[in-house]
Amino acid sequence: MNIIVLIKQVPDTETKVRITADKRGIETNDIKWVINPYDEFAIEEGLKTKERLKEGLVSVVTVGPDRTVEALRTAVAMGADNAIHVKTESVLDTYLVAKALAEVCKKENANIIFTGKQAIDDDQAATFGYVAELLQFPSASVVVKCDISPDKSKATVEQEGDGGAKNVIETSLPAVLAVNKGINTPRYASLPGIMKAKKKEIKTYTLTDLGLGAENSKTIDSDYQLPPERAAGKKLQGDASAQAKELVRLLREEAKVI
Amino acid sequence: MGNVFVIAEQKDGHVKRVSLEILSELTRQGVAATAVVPGFGDLSKVTDNLVNHGAAKVVVLEHEALNQYNTEAYTNALHQYLSSQNPSVIVTGATSHGKDFLPRLAAKFTTGIAVDCTSFQLSGDKVSVRRPVYAGKCSKQVEFSGAPAIFSVRPNVLAVQTGSKSGSVEKVAANPGTVKAKIVSTVASQIKKVELTEADIIISGGRSLKSADNFKILADCAATVGAAVGASRAAVDAGYAPHDMQVGQTGKTVSPKLYIACGISGAIQHLAGMRTSKVIVAINKDPEAPIFQKADYGIVGDLFEVVPLLTEELKKLKSQS
Amino acid sequence: MLNFSLSDEQLALRDMVRKFVQQEIIPNAAKYDETSEFPREVINKAWEAGLMNIAIPEKFGGLGLGVLGDVIINEEMGAGCLGMTTSIAVNTLGLYPILLGGTDAQIEEFVVPFLSSPKLASFCLTEPGSGSDAGSLSTMAREEGDHFVINGSKMWITNAGHADLFTVFCSTNKELKTKGIICLAVPANLPGISLGKHENKLGQRCSDTRSITFENVKVPKSNLIGKMGEGFKIAMRTLDRTRTPIAAGAVGAARAAMNYSKNYAKERKQFGQPIANFQAIQFMLADMAVKIETARLLCYNAAWLIDNGQDEQGGYFSALAKRHSADMAMEVATDAVQIYGGYGYTKEYPVEKIMRDVKLVQIYEGTSQIQRVVIARHLLKD
Repeated sequence: MNIIVLIKQVPDTETKVRITADKRGIETNDIKWVINPYDEFAIEEGLKTKERLKEGLVSVVTVGPDRTVEALRTAVAMGADNAIHVKTESVLDTYLVAKALAEVCKKENANIIFTGKQAIDDDQAATFGYVAELLQFPSASVVVKCDISPDKSKATVEQEGDGGAKNVIETSLPAVLAVNKGINTPRYASLPGIMKAKKKEIKTYTLTDLGLGAENSKTIDSDYQLPPERAAGKKLQGDASAQAKELVRLLREEAKVI
Repeated sequence: MGNVFVIAEQKDGHVKRVSLEILSELTRQGVAATAVVPGFGDLSKVTDNLVNHGAAKVVVLEHEALNQYNTEAYTNALHQYLSSQNPSVIVTGATSHGKDFLPRLAAKFTTGIAVDCTSFQLSGDKVSVRRPVYAGKCSKQVEFSGAPAIFSVRPNVLAVQTGSKSGSVEKVAANPGTVKAKIVSTVASQIKKVELTEADIIISGGRSLKSADNFKILADCAATVGAAVGASRAAVDAGYAPHDMQVGQTGKTVSPKLYIACGISGAIQHLAGMRTSKVIVAINKDPEAPIFQKADYGIVGDLFEVVPLLTEELKKLKSQS
Repeated sequence: MLNFSLSDEQLALRDMVRKFVQQEIIPNAAKYDETSEFPREVINKAWEAGLMNIAIPEKFGGLGLGVLGDVIINEEMGAGCLGMTTSIAVNTLGLYPILLGGTDAQIEEFVVPFLSSPKLASFCLTEPGSGSDAGSLSTMAREEGDHFVINGSKMWITNAGHADLFTVFCSTNKELKTKGIICLAVPANLPGISLGKHENKLGQRCSDTRSITFENVKVPKSNLIGKMGEGFKIAMRTLDRTRTPIAAGAVGAARAAMNYSKNYAKERKQFGQPIANFQAIQFMLADMAVKIETARLLCYNAAWLIDNGQDEQGGYFSALAKRHSADMAMEVATDAVQIYGGYGYTKEYPVEKIMRDVKLVQIYEGTSQIQRVVIARHLLKD
């Protein structure tokens, strides 16, 4: 069984965001790069799937510049069998990343594809569905449980719905499953794993290798902006009833937190 | 601006508010749009509502299989219809359904996609959107090359405006295509205690609550918005709340979207535990309480009076969504 | 050529340990300190993550991580909790005598089992009457046919209450002084071994520290590690390798103390401004930084020397590292409490624990005074 895990290397959550002079992105020189936290759950689910089925190979794939190989090595240190790097210096949009990942999944004869529900830098939460449609595989996101049938032809998953409800979804395989926190507890990359991963051979593709040499992103980013400065606090006026009404209005319309 | 389509979401004859928000914004921008609604059965209340909020035309994609939401059925039906309409723009709400099918729809069109936008601008032939990134630490403008431009809009950001318009309503037989994944059952949420460190909204009480029983006032308020209840160290030390509810230096550190501090003075130890909350509200009888320095919104008043009123207002708000 | 950067592998190692510490050690540190309960669960998790027994050579299935790797791991763990660090790291101390002085067969028998389950080993040198004067052992081992019979007692033995194996240093002939000392591998379940109670300590409270009494404990002669009279040398060679990682633990603890007090100083306001604006506080923080950076450099230098086979220079630098790291960590932790003021004096804040924990580093693994003796001896040699 070929278990593919799509991962992304992102800036650490504690990163202080500084916008570049041309406002087309954020400064990356001092950034601490980590595996997208949601993709860690995906790697763990891939590893657990192999352990439960007692067969299969787990391959991790990522798209990005050379520094992203570190993310692949960490996944291998956790126990992944193979690592595949789609090497590119440019920042690709959802469309082009999905195309590249789909091509790799085809080459790897994917039987099941795991990924995190979203990347915490771009927050699109769309790659899973885009890849699935390109491959004509069914998909589900916000998955918190995955059980594969003994004959490996289908999976029964639990999806977090609105208001805390859970949907039970049955899907044929192959499928793309985007996982959420709570599905498992990712294991540590063990020390012996880290040592072994250093020597692991990484399979590398360029976009040209994947037949995508002539492709470009279909969305263009610009004008990055920081949110407006936190205004000084305001004390609400009127009697308790008026204050309560006004507070709710402000929280919804101004602060937009409810 | 070519053909603009809003994929409207409905459930049991009730239109999701975000669909109306999008139509309202299009009206404000002087853009005529067609609302597309996958569904089955009598949807007249839905179509009326959409027309009233600015849809120049409403197209119901009708099929029994579209009665309940299904990823592939919706994607296939929408694509089958929309691909015959030469769309320039396809937009929907960034709800759990929107986030589920829109990427697949974009893949069918092999176009770019922008998710969870907080604003959009359609002028002339140009489409541009703005969306938050890096967990909201900044935002960026996104433009599209090629058509259609496909994006989703964050709920509760754009204002809704009614205006009785006239718009036509049409029913089209839809084709849900092959479906390989199906929801087989749904388990309603059990009232689970929301974990403090994971909660989006927290309501905390201080020593002024005066008893453990009084914390129920906060619990009732919390229940309206699925919030967690926290407590200051003073309240915990006095026995009004258990230690696992303590927010602060020696309790839990939290970072919710909204933190409502009731009867909490705002000593540095408590602040250390909730300082990074996105929005802080303080309700306190003492106008000099240090917490007002940190709060975005403050109510000088008796929490026993204010909080129940707040609960009522929140209940009202919830029923409107 | 001089290179001050860590390799990718070393950085990956550091990041992995840092993550482990964030998730497993820091959230539990205060609790274990309060109850002085043995952190068995954390130790097991550390073992699963491959953080223990890192010195076992690759040919036996271990990592063969040198002193520098050990230093990186210990600094990160020290920043979380020194008590747990000691509990996790002390296996290396307990097993090194066998790795350095034992035959391959003995390593297979006594050490390799530590790779298949989270066993614990204790290094037994110190006695009630023999601390800095490590050569003056009173625990005797007399030969009886195929066995050695051990009588005596050891003191301040870490993990004694939970160990599966003791490496015990005994004298066979007091008149030979250090040349009469041997090293024996002693399974902890042998009859005649009794344990004292877990000491109620000022700091590193979760670390299990006990006395051990040996009454006619019979150990096969095949458990002799190294030759007759080689024991003291084995002990010293072991300590040469563990001294620097212990020092690194203190560097980590000091770093944590500095970071806590720096953040507090930015928030605490007096006289209308954060106390971080006052030079008195700034100078304390600046001096903390100088101390920590220099201590770390000494640790790295010592580790590099030992890993590159320069035992004598390595021994000298590890004494420098230990003496400086332990003493500066105590100064840094004390100043951290000072910056926190009254709040720092309570258990509600993390710095008083660091101060209590770090005091022990000035005492164990060679007191700061003994380190000075070693350093001076080295300097005055030529």
